[in-house]
Amino acid sequence: MMNNENSGAIEKLSDPGLPEHIHRKTDVDPRAAKKAERQVSILFALSAFGTLLFIYSYIWIPEDTFIFLPITGTTNAHQLFLGLGLAMALFFIGMGAVHWAKTLMPDHEVVDYRKEQRSKDEDRAALVATVKEGAANAGLGRRPLIKRTMGLALGLVGLSPLLLLRDLGPLPENELNETNWKAGTRLVTDPGDRPIRPSDLEVGGVAQVQPAFPQGKVRHLDDIAKDSVLLIRIRPEEFNLDAERLSWTYQGIIAFSKICSHMGCAVALYEQTTKHLLCPCHQSTFDVTRAAKVIFGPAARPLPQLPITVDSEGYLVAQAPFNEAVGPSFWERDS
Amino acid sequence: MSARERLAGGTANFIDERTGAAKWMKKTLTKVFPDHWSFMLGEIVMYSFVILLLSGTFLTFWFDPSMKEVEYEGSYEPLSGVKMSAAYASTLNISFDVRGGLLMRQIHHWAALIFMAAMVIHMMRVFFTGAFRKPRELNWIIGVALLTLGIVEGFLGYSLPDDLLSGTGIRIAEAIIQAIPVVGSYLAYFVFGGAFPGEVFIQRIYTVHILLIPGIMLALITAHLMLVWYQKHTQYPGPGRTEKNVVGYPLMPVYMAKAGGFFFIVFGVTAFLGAVASINPIWIFGPYNPGQIGAGSQPDWYMGWLDGLVRLAPPIETHAFGYTISWNILIPGLIVPGIIFTLLAFYPFIEQWMTGDKREHHILDRPRNNPNRTAIGAMSLTFTLVALINGGNDLIATHFDLSINQIMWFSRIGIIILPPLAFVITKRICLSLQRADRELVLHGRETGRLVMLPHGEFIEVHEPLSPQKAYLLTHHEQNPPLALTNEDAQGVANPQGIKGRVRSRMSRAAQEQITKPTAKEVLEIEEGHH
Repeated sequence: MMNNENSGAIEKLSDPGLPEHIHRKTDVDPRAAKKAERQVSILFALSAFGTLLFIYSYIWIPEDTFIFLPITGTTNAHQLFLGLGLAMALFFIGMGAVHWAKTLMPDHEVVDYRKEQRSKDEDRAALVATVKEGAANAGLGRRPLIKRTMGLALGLVGLSPLLLLRDLGPLPENELNETNWKAGTRLVTDPGDRPIRPSDLEVGGVAQVQPAFPQGKVRHLDDIAKDSVLLIRIRPEEFNLDAERLSWTYQGIIAFSKICSHMGCAVALYEQTTKHLLCPCHQSTFDVTRAAKVIFGPAARPLPQLPITVDSEGYLVAQAPFNEAVGPSFWERDS
Repeated sequence: MSARERLAGGTANFIDERTGAAKWMKKTLTKVFPDHWSFMLGEIVMYSFVILLLSGTFLTFWFDPSMKEVEYEGSYEPLSGVKMSAAYASTLNISFDVRGGLLMRQIHHWAALIFMAAMVIHMMRVFFTGAFRKPRELNWIIGVALLTLGIVEGFLGYSLPDDLLSGTGIRIAEAIIQAIPVVGSYLAYFVFGGAFPGEVFIQRIYTVHILLIPGIMLALITAHLMLVWYQKHTQYPGPGRTEKNVVGYPLMPVYMAKAGGFFFIVFGVTAFLGAVASINPIWIFGPYNPGQIGAGSQPDWYMGWLDGLVRLAPPIETHAFGYTISWNILIPGLIVPGIIFTLLAFYPFIEQWMTGDKREHHILDRPRNNPNRTAIGAMSLTFTLVALINGGNDLIATHFDLSINQIMWFSRIGIIILPPLAFVITKRICLSLQRADRELVLHGRETGRLVMLPHGEFIEVHEPLSPQKAYLLTHHEQNPPLALTNEDAQGVANPQGIKGRVRSRMSRAAQEQITKPTAKEVLEIEEGHH
């Protein structure tokens, strides 16, 4: 058995007991007490003044009044004085009450005694007897059929709310693997919805694009959340890609999903000199010249690359859809 | 009897004849509360919760929790005509077209930050002084639950305006849900009513933010306070204070005035911050669009350490049999926080297991007198701090001209090396402080006065401590570690197995102390001096 050895071996210094009560100045000097009383009253009066300032600001300071303050700069005076009035009104009520308690209310420390939390043995025994008797009277032990069917009923009744939650949303089906990009879909600017020719993008340039939608189809945020593509143009000889990936680019223009392969933020920061794409959320860094290979940060996969080319009218189009799911990983993701 | 007394008496009589409240009220009004500044930390938490309820109710009168697309027509001109969700538009409306609306929004957000900060500091106070020990373990667990709920509640709250920054946070939350093995994509589709972002999550998190979580928190806070009331407050050690008594001021009138007054002080300070310190200026961020992002995206500070963990996670993902497991999300996003909060909740029982101490404790520990616990606390705080620093690595990089890679590698190595280092250093510091206490009790206070003795030797005069101070420095218990039985009665070696050995080792660490002076030693020294 493990046990603490008796700790009484070390002899303790004796407890000198509660220190003697020292009177405050306000306890013995009526003039000091009178002064404290005045101080408390001034604090409460300041609070009243705060409320007046609040009312004044609400009614008479126009909402579009701006003033210049040293640290915060241009500030809305209506909101500022409303807030300062409220702050004063509240703060000085508190200060008044606390000052009152500290100077004028009794400061004699009082001793109260604790009792152990544990109930007395006889009370505990009586409780056990009551519970046992109650259970016996209900006949739980003697009527197993009731016990079992009740268990079944209670267990099953919990299922109904779970079932009701089913309609919170549709099943994902294959949606997480799909985007609106198809072979031949034109790339259009975002914002603007204009088709792009290769010559619209200079070397070193970046553009955000979306798939062109047929007339009448509205682009929702759900579409942007999976379709957003970043178009980057560098000098073709700077690419360090295999033949297949190179064939997905067009005259130095390469297209990546803008939705981070880590947690879905928009990978928006492109550094022209290093040709790195950086996600502002968790700093995953992708190398544009090597098909968005992860060179730093928590992302585990490159950004999916969209194969692009030009159509007969010379506008940039997708050669094919993405060949993998865009955005953050999920259990059924297969690549 | 004056008319006023008759009225008061009549009212009291009416209530007492129907509830019998007089007996309970009499006891309650004279209830004793110990006094210490650190006991106000919990009060700040409670008061900021009340401020949150009040300011939050005000905001609900104008906020429209809908993702319906509208065109902005309010008085903030830079966004005039921009398409946005009704939630974002109504938040702009509160900020620019409701008198006092911006003030209330800012008070609400500041109160949330103060609520979380005060909760963490209150928890640190409870931890480092050992206030969580028996019989208060249940209240500790309620506290951990409140902290966890507070983090979720705060996150949902700042997600409601549906601005670009908060939408990015929601996107990250969605990715974490989606990363859960087997059921992740189903859960994400249920939560968001389909593909991200969908059109329902604002109204859903609104219900959770203003009803579900506050309701649970209110119930837990009530239980927390009832337990404090029923178990009576802990008190700091000192002369006249024992495990059997509680020394302090009565509720009526001193504590009513002090605690009531303090509520107004906390509210006043929050209102002052709301008036002068701009917070979460959502009109600058613009409406949420999943194809856009602001540079320097930062969560509120209480989420920052979680984001920091995600940022420093190694890029590992497993693909097998056509399925994917994202360790880079699961480990920092779910597994590590899960372990941390479980250990936090069970710490009182872990400590009981280490020390074998199952007695009630009402006198608080001075942190130095429990070096092991203090070191564990410092270790945990260091872990969280490194994670928090990494959560702001982009801001630190731009402000201090460092590269993000440097900070990330500092954090990746630091999060493994620094916490154990903090443990060792803190423990040594505690033991040194104990040594200093021992010196002080045995040799008194150094006065700085030098005296030349007749034979030319210089000595510094030491002033003996007051009996009160000496008692304060020596009142604490020092228990020997749990003894490990090497052989049982039948001669079987190590009957408790590996578990016993681990426990014995932990117990030795937990009870490492500098032996405090005994009464006998003090007496001998005193006699020697005279």
